[in-house]
Amino acid sequence: MNFESNNKRIYLTIGISIIFILIIIQLLHIQIFDNSYKVSAQNNALRYETQYPVRGLILDRNDKILVGNKNTYDIIVTPYDAKNFDTTALCNTFSLDREKVREKFSYYRRYRTHIGYQQKTFLKQVNEKQYSLFIEQQEKFPGFSGIPRTTRKYPYNAGGNLLGYIAEVNPKFLKKHSEYTSGDYHGITGIEEICEKKLKGEKGYNIYLRDSKNKIQSHYKNGVFDQATIPGTNIHSTIDAELQNYGELLMQNKVGSIVAIDPSTGEVLSMVSSPGINVSILAEINKHYNQLIKDPLKPMFNRAVMSPQPPGSVFKIVNGLIAQQEGVLTPDMKYSCHDGYHTKGLTIGCHHHRSPLNMREAIMMSCNAYFCNVYRSILENPKYNEDFDKSFDVWANYVRSFGFGNNLNTDIPHEQKGFVPSSIYYDKIYGQGHWNAVSNLSLAIGQGELGCTPLHLANLCAIIANKGYYYIPHIIQYDETSDNQNINRFDKKHYCMVDSVYFDSIIDGMERAVNSNYGEGATAVIAKVKGLNICGKTGTAENPHGDEHSVFICFAPRKNPKIAIAVYIENAGFGSTWAAPIASLMTEKYLTREISPNRKWLENKILNANLLYKVLLGKKAINKKH
Amino acid sequence: MTPKSNILKKLDWPLIIIYFLLVIIGWVNIYAVNYDPNIPNMFALSIRSGSQLMWICIGIILFIIIITMIPSKLFISFSWWLYFFSLILLAAVLFFGKEINGSKSWFMIGPLSFQPSEISKISTSLLLASVMGKFNFKLSNRRDFFKAFLIIGVPILLIALEPDFGTVLVYCGLILVFYREGMTGWVISLLLFFALLFILTLKFSTFVSILFVFGVFGLMKAIFSNKFFTNIIKYTVFVALVSFIPRLLEKFEFLRFMNSEYYALIIGGILVIIDSYKNLKIKQKYINSLLISCLLSLMLIFSVRIIYDKVLKEHHRDRIENLLGITHDLRGAGYNVNQSKIAIGSGGLSGKGFLQGTQTKFDFVPEQSTDFIFCTIGEEWGFVGSFIVVILYLLLILKIISLAEKQKERQSRIYGYCVASCFFVHSVVNIGMTLGLFPVVGIPLPFISYGGSSFITFSLLLFIFIKIDLERWK
Repeated sequence: MNFESNNKRIYLTIGISIIFILIIIQLLHIQIFDNSYKVSAQNNALRYETQYPVRGLILDRNDKILVGNKNTYDIIVTPYDAKNFDTTALCNTFSLDREKVREKFSYYRRYRTHIGYQQKTFLKQVNEKQYSLFIEQQEKFPGFSGIPRTTRKYPYNAGGNLLGYIAEVNPKFLKKHSEYTSGDYHGITGIEEICEKKLKGEKGYNIYLRDSKNKIQSHYKNGVFDQATIPGTNIHSTIDAELQNYGELLMQNKVGSIVAIDPSTGEVLSMVSSPGINVSILAEINKHYNQLIKDPLKPMFNRAVMSPQPPGSVFKIVNGLIAQQEGVLTPDMKYSCHDGYHTKGLTIGCHHHRSPLNMREAIMMSCNAYFCNVYRSILENPKYNEDFDKSFDVWANYVRSFGFGNNLNTDIPHEQKGFVPSSIYYDKIYGQGHWNAVSNLSLAIGQGELGCTPLHLANLCAIIANKGYYYIPHIIQYDETSDNQNINRFDKKHYCMVDSVYFDSIIDGMERAVNSNYGEGATAVIAKVKGLNICGKTGTAENPHGDEHSVFICFAPRKNPKIAIAVYIENAGFGSTWAAPIASLMTEKYLTREISPNRKWLENKILNANLLYKVLLGKKAINKKH
Repeated sequence: MTPKSNILKKLDWPLIIIYFLLVIIGWVNIYAVNYDPNIPNMFALSIRSGSQLMWICIGIILFIIIITMIPSKLFISFSWWLYFFSLILLAAVLFFGKEINGSKSWFMIGPLSFQPSEISKISTSLLLASVMGKFNFKLSNRRDFFKAFLIIGVPILLIALEPDFGTVLVYCGLILVFYREGMTGWVISLLLFFALLFILTLKFSTFVSILFVFGVFGLMKAIFSNKFFTNIIKYTVFVALVSFIPRLLEKFEFLRFMNSEYYALIIGGILVIIDSYKNLKIKQKYINSLLISCLLSLMLIFSVRIIYDKVLKEHHRDRIENLLGITHDLRGAGYNVNQSKIAIGSGGLSGKGFLQGTQTKFDFVPEQSTDFIFCTIGEEWGFVGSFIVVILYLLLILKIISLAEKQKERQSRIYGYCVASCFFVHSVVNIGMTLGLFPVVGIPLPFISYGGSSFITFSLLLFIFIKIDLERWK
């Protein structure tokens, strides 16, 4: 062995020994010198008490509380220590069955080696009264204690679909979201779900030293390692609580939805889907869940964004705008109507009114024939040379620029795209070159192969109110954290393909539809409110399985509009019968905060109307067919 | 054929006694961890101590077989085959292995399971011994060095893909063998220096590490050149002045187009280059390696962030941050170590007594019969027991080294050092982890941790060496 390798051996030996000496020093440190690790002869151990954070509130646009918190308590027990407790008193305090208590404790006994010193949740969501009773007699219940939790309370009935609800996490959810643990709550659907991350806050914990009887001896290291809870952030939604509440009332016993937007910002003032979920059952939704799922009217389905339907006559406005932009229509052009539109092989009916009409009158009276002509003139525009593929796609492009056929990229969950056909769609049915404007003439009056959700319609109304652009509708205004709100996609104006000059004449027609005198043929006079210049358009969407769907869009006032609203009621008949009154009541409520005395009769009529039987009849008809 | 009685005389009994002491301590403690008053029988196969006993018996049988029946030359001759066989297994486990705790390192065949990385420890050591032990092998020769590097490197790569960084660390421990066989100690020093820089960069900042590197450069230059004091003064002044840069940046906005670390880098770099110019011209020996080390250190510092964020997984980062005191999370990543320290710390001087450990009994420490088995020793046997176990490992390693040095053949010595380094890394890292001195990596404590696969592997590793040692009497 030469000199150098001898040295190496020595260095290695020294190096290894030094490292072992370091280990021994650390042993000395934590076993002998540092008392904080030393747990005394009474066998102390650490106990972690989870502190649950307060969940963020959901507020309306005027800072009124839509979803608030109220205190409840969970009762937890350490089975190891709960050997002699007063069972009778326990049952009395919490109105429990002796059997239940026995069951629970036999379960604890069976798994005692696995449970060891741990705590188990004994009862959930005990109210304040029971809890204070419990606290007064706590000496009778060794091993039991209470943890404060918060649950939600709902000062306004803003509808379960919009707000969402909270429930305890299940194993499937826990697998996907590792930051949650068993016993946590999380938001499901609606705003509770979209804003879950901000609303939930952060759990904290206090660490205590406890003895073998699980009694707390002291705060571990004076709380240096404790973690404070971080309360959830409050969310400010765009919803107007009073308006929303009112909408839910009006829509009682009807099937359909309301969407109201502020056109100058895209903020959704109200979104009602009926039948919905009343907030009174939201807190205990698990009990009612099975019922809700089986209900044929599907209360958990948010009709405002999830049900695309043909829009009906309100769509005529879109055709009117497109035609003007394409140069094939001016407001003074007249077309005649002979109780309908008749052409080779096809008739589209129309209600009785004077003829011929110009554009403003056609809108006011909702003339089908006029717009059949308008639609044809768009597609048969000579500049397209009878190439219907081309002209139809041009038309479809215009339509899409109004937001139809796609989802609007809002923050509302489950937004559906709807449907706008393309020329390829018709090529497949008829063969290329074998169809023309007459083949899909129903599109002129908003029937046929079109699917729009009430949200699309409300957005259309906002475009009209703004004369040519919209802001993306959204239900969250802001949250109270300081970091950058990068929801700036909501600050952009989105222009449709029609210039703003063409909107005035359309709006004239809409104004007249509501504000003309009785007898002049206007379809929406029922919506007139003195002083508010409401501009609206009725629609009646055909329904092969029963009465038609009642549709109405309107905005007010004409100058500097503050609200654009779309109402869609299923199986209710004419647009003017049900949808228009509801929309006008909502508008009036929003703008003047109360309904004028001479319209109270209308309000009462709507509140008391029950249209559900019509919908159920329709469903029976569908079921019979199968 | 050596008669048995001769074997008995030639066996190194101290080593075997240490082995048995560790094995028994391990078995008793495994029993204590899983003690269930309902099954007081220590030997029942259904509980862990029972099955561990079964493996111990198998180990004894293997010992007898190896010592009496298998010629020691066999191990070296078959080393290539064994090595390639284990490489195939290492590659196969990436596809067919079962994923446990985020890494695919186990084969499950019915009730049995084993890790190819364990078997590979034996085969790599044997092959390394065989190759490096050849007469004309010199580490200073580039080709030879590369050969040896590959022998260790390929398994390391395959194991890192599983990923099992703890075992990778064990293989890296073989660098001690290289040192003993001729590699300069500067390499190890440099690697330790890199580890220190890694910690400094994470715990403090890139800026601090850069200053530190330049400071050390100056110190080294001072030591090796003739002008000790000049260099010391030069570099002290440099470090002192540059350390004001963060404060300057705070005050003067216009300076902020570049972060403080880049300032330090540029100023320091210029100083170092100007200062070394003369030395380079004279072609002084040390200056080349010093400059290269400086450059590598700086490169390391800048890559720390990338390695930390992209290569390491989140639970690795959490554990390191807990260890360095950057975060104090007693419930998440810090939970295991905190519970472990509490358990060990609560043992005091003489421990709570056999089967009396509350932290042990009530399952406060996760993985207690495997990776954290030392906690039971600490809690139930106190400082006295912990000290004895630590000394036993130290004696084991030093004894193996001492026997290795007595070997006539180089390859036997090399194999001995491989075995010693393997036990060294395992024991130091495992015990260090339970004491909060090292981040949590999942490697077992030899002979004491529960697990048939690791127990047999460690035993074989040792038995083969004992058999090889017998040869020196020839």
